[in-house]
Amino acid sequence: MQNGDQHYSMEDETYTDIDGKAISLECQSHSGFCREFTVSSAKVSIGRVMAYTCAVWLSAYIIFFVTENTAVLSSAIIITLVGMMVHIHFVKVDHETLLIIGSLGVQVSSSYASGRESTDFIEMGKIKDIVINEAIHMVRKIKDIVINEAIHMQTVIYYLCILLKDPSDPEAVSSVVPLFQSSKPRLNCLVKVYKSCQEILAKC
Amino acid sequence: MVLKIFFPQCCNKADSGLLVGRWIPGQNSAVVLAVIHYPFIPGQVKQYIHQMRGQSGVDLTVLGSWSMPKEGQEGMESFLRDLSTIFPQGQWLQLSREMGKIGFRCHVLTRDPNGKLIQQEKELKEDGGGEKGGKGGEGKKGGKGGEGEKGGKGGEGKKGGTKKGGGENKVEGEEGGGEKDKVIFIHYEQRKVMLSQLHPVDNGVPDPQTESQLPQVFGTVCQSEPLFFLDKYDDGPVKMTHWQSEGREGSIIVELMKQASTPVCLLTTWILTLWTSLCSSRILNVRPMRFISSKLSTCLQLSYRTEHLQTVCSPTRATAHNHFMRKANIFVSFFVDVSLGLLLVSWMYRENRIGKLANTLVPAADHVAKELEELLQWLMGAPAGLKMNRALDQVLGRFFLYHIHLWISYIHLMSPFIEMILWYVGLSACLGLTFALSLLSDITALLTFHIYCFYVYGARLYCMTVYGLSSLWRLFRGKKWNVLRQRVDSCSYDLDQLFIGTLLFTILLFLLPTTALYYLVFTLLRLVVVMFQGVLHLSVDFINSFPLFAMGLRLFRSYRLAEGVKFRVLCEEPGTPLHLMMDINPLKVSSVVQTYRTPTYSCYPKDSWLALCKKLFLGELIYPWRHKTTKID
Repeated sequence: MQNGDQHYSMEDETYTDIDGKAISLECQSHSGFCREFTVSSAKVSIGRVMAYTCAVWLSAYIIFFVTENTAVLSSAIIITLVGMMVHIHFVKVDHETLLIIGSLGVQVSSSYASGRESTDFIEMGKIKDIVINEAIHMVRKIKDIVINEAIHMQTVIYYLCILLKDPSDPEAVSSVVPLFQSSKPRLNCLVKVYKSCQEILAKC
Repeated sequence: MVLKIFFPQCCNKADSGLLVGRWIPGQNSAVVLAVIHYPFIPGQVKQYIHQMRGQSGVDLTVLGSWSMPKEGQEGMESFLRDLSTIFPQGQWLQLSREMGKIGFRCHVLTRDPNGKLIQQEKELKEDGGGEKGGKGGEGKKGGKGGEGEKGGKGGEGKKGGTKKGGGENKVEGEEGGGEKDKVIFIHYEQRKVMLSQLHPVDNGVPDPQTESQLPQVFGTVCQSEPLFFLDKYDDGPVKMTHWQSEGREGSIIVELMKQASTPVCLLTTWILTLWTSLCSSRILNVRPMRFISSKLSTCLQLSYRTEHLQTVCSPTRATAHNHFMRKANIFVSFFVDVSLGLLLVSWMYRENRIGKLANTLVPAADHVAKELEELLQWLMGAPAGLKMNRALDQVLGRFFLYHIHLWISYIHLMSPFIEMILWYVGLSACLGLTFALSLLSDITALLTFHIYCFYVYGARLYCMTVYGLSSLWRLFRGKKWNVLRQRVDSCSYDLDQLFIGTLLFTILLFLLPTTALYYLVFTLLRLVVVMFQGVLHLSVDFINSFPLFAMGLRLFRSYRLAEGVKFRVLCEEPGTPLHLMMDINPLKVSSVVQTYRTPTYSCYPKDSWLALCKKLFLGELIYPWRHKTTKID
């Protein structure tokens, strides 16, 4: 903190995502009108990696035992390696960052487990507002023949999103950009971020 | 609104001087383009800027002063303030930086319409234990202890001139400066921003009032190219620092190619006009020739490439970005195509492989014919255990067998000439790999012409059977097809009409399996050939339309195709305003391909799968790879 920024890490409450896994929120305030929020999801767990690898290789060995074809083993190795690379490069999100700079814009970036970052910047002129929306999250698709089960299968979740202005009609909302899609934090975390953002949006 | 200053990275270590750039209207931002060093004559500076404004079309002005005092030099505070009187502006920026420190400081001087100076201090001093950058921003009592007039208290904040600067000074009951405007320094790399093109590309002339900030910044830097010709080592009236002041970049090869390109372009255009006039001459435009050339994909590819070359070799320079990219893509595609074609030709002709290929062609055709004969013998017997109508079976089988016999005779007639023809025709693969592929497709079409004929016969026969059956079925039920109303109506038939109709219906119904089987077999064969031709056409299409130049740019010079920007907060020292680094966010690979695809005569199947199946069921002839006559983007 030698550069005068103020740094708020995890406070008294621990944050979780909608599935119950622990996540962490870090707020960094670079100046009065520039703040950065980072939500980090759980890292790749060694246990799951080993479980998947063992499952794939065990089945490969069994098939090899049955068919006596060595190509099965090499293809299993290749599949495991390629699958892992694809997973950490394209699927597994390490942390998501929201950088809000008053009167300049909002930058949303996701950083994947392999280090790849995908960034998007939205200018302030296009932003109408930042709000918390509700959505119905379908966990499983099931026909609602039995009413009880149908209710359990759906949950209402909250998500933070940016409303963009329609260029032709300044009062209308043209599109919605949802934030923190991979980490899916719960309402307490979202409210904190929302309040901070609204302070900055109100100033500029 | 916060004041945003876009500052080029190359000027971070520049000597003290004047800032030249542009104010962006409506956004309270300034783009700094260069620094003019001392000593200078104000009159000459004004003249130079006026000249540059005319040349580049950008609204250049002197934005303020930049002071980076070296060791031993004392600060020039009052001198810098006096400069603002020489260049009358609405807002005058005083940026300063001290050696050894990273952060900049900024003072903004404002003039109201009377010319009176109201100084507003934008300097953020560290205030004891005050909350710095905390929530609410109350801690910025920078006016405390600051020297000079606390003009902000007056709260007028009138900004003279035409600049619509945002953020009036509101005195919200706080002492000193009140609600101060803040400053953000955005560092950008000038060379990259100048060479980059922001997507989506705007083709029209945008309205400067409604255009958003980033395109304006990029546009300003791009269009100020005339400003970057003189630098501090030239003997001009002004000495400037900008991205080219460390020496102008150039490459001898590029310069030589630019010089050589004009005569080459003229020559190629002349040759192309000769060629097109030859092609459109009367002799070659006779009906049969036109019909054949529209069916052969090689001729189509030839005309297509001629058009491409005409686009590339036009002597006028491409000004718009899209036009330039298209020319570059076509040129690179053509170059790669021709080199691959030459590689192929050199490989094929090296050990007389083409001779060997020609020698295997006739035996291959014989083999195919023999297989077909066997197939027909099988159909004439009891294929797959089905019982055919003996008479019809024999008729059709003999008919097709005779056709095959004719075909083989023709092939054997041609066999002495095949090698020579193939040798010369194969040379045309020098024109490109696409030509080789189209040739292959055409040769396949010619060699499997008999399969095509069989398919047409079988399909027509089956089609007639099916239509006859459906019409007679309607008669069977007492209905009729009303052509006028395009619907089925009931109709009363005479007894003899009914009798004959029923007889014919029964006959056709019992002959149906035979015709259906022949149709099925030949349709499958035809589909195999069509699939093969389709693959060839798709790959030709791919080579024609894939934007290789844009892809290369995206991989090796990713800053040139920009989707947007990304910001990074730079570590700063306490007491200095916020510094951000603006990097270029390159365009995604999929968007590159989508935006820069060369439009082609698309070869995609024009029917959906469902329509195709319906046509097959009814026996209509299918031509799935028909070339479209208009270009598809």
